[in-house]
Amino acid sequence: MEILFILFAAIAVAGALNVILQRNPIYSAIGLIVTLCALAGLFLTLAAQFIAAIQIIVYAGAIMVLFVFVIMLLNIREEESKIDRQRYLKWLAAPLFVALLAEVYFVIRVVSYDPKPLPAQGAVPPGQILGTVESIGNAMFTTYLLPFEATSVLILMAIVGSMLLARRERTVSEVTIVTAEQIEAAQLEREDEAHETETVGAGH
Amino acid sequence: MIPLSWYLALSAVLFSIGVVGVLVQRNVIALFMCIELMLNAVNLTFVAFSRFLDQTTGQLFVFIVMAVAAAEAAVGLAIIISLFRNRETLNVDEADLLKL
Repeated sequence: MEILFILFAAIAVAGALNVILQRNPIYSAIGLIVTLCALAGLFLTLAAQFIAAIQIIVYAGAIMVLFVFVIMLLNIREEESKIDRQRYLKWLAAPLFVALLAEVYFVIRVVSYDPKPLPAQGAVPPGQILGTVESIGNAMFTTYLLPFEATSVLILMAIVGSMLLARRERTVSEVTIVTAEQIEAAQLEREDEAHETETVGAGH
Repeated sequence: MIPLSWYLALSAVLFSIGVVGVLVQRNVIALFMCIELMLNAVNLTFVAFSRFLDQTTGQLFVFIVMAVAAAEAAVGLAIIISLFRNRETLNVDEADLLKL
């Protein structure tokens, strides 16, 4: 178990570092996909099979495909680094790093939770086993029905909003506006032309 | 058995990498990916506590966080596309119309 944790944690951290160190966003996206898959593996070690599957399907599948699509659609050229602007960040980085180390130290030294062993097969009804689709569905559609419905409304708003934003705006200049006077003038012109050809024909 | 603190430490490290990315990156798409990274670090904490406290609630929260992340990615990428259409850039420093 420890070996699995160390393996997945190393992959996740390596992928995360790849996300922030690469200049080209497509490599960042690949790093993020690696991290997401490693996190799915970690979820499996925590008895969360359903969440691990959803992580792969929704995150690494759907959301990252959206990212990659947008990166390729916009066809970004390599941008030069603008380190000069961010020189002051160096002074921010040191205290933040110390804070992170202190936090990790605190967590490892102070937090000591031993997990309850998972119940043996058949000891509890299948609806109460942690991490199965059944237990999550039970909780989702009874106790947490309201957040679930709110999520569906949120997604609906996201669909409408993204369609509205990404649609190409038709500006007034693109649409030719035809006024009543113009139609009348065009008709008069046509009548004049017809009259002219008539008179020309009569002249011959 | 792996202690809880390992998961929490890993989660803190991943979250910090995400914060550093948001501070360092100038490309708006890469910035978005760093936000996703931070959301995932929090998800790991949720699942870890769900396992160690033997509660399904944490995993449910992860489910909702994923839905919110999907909605956020959809709207955010649509904003990025319309920003690129109007400005021809993905650098966040150049999108400063509201700056005085």
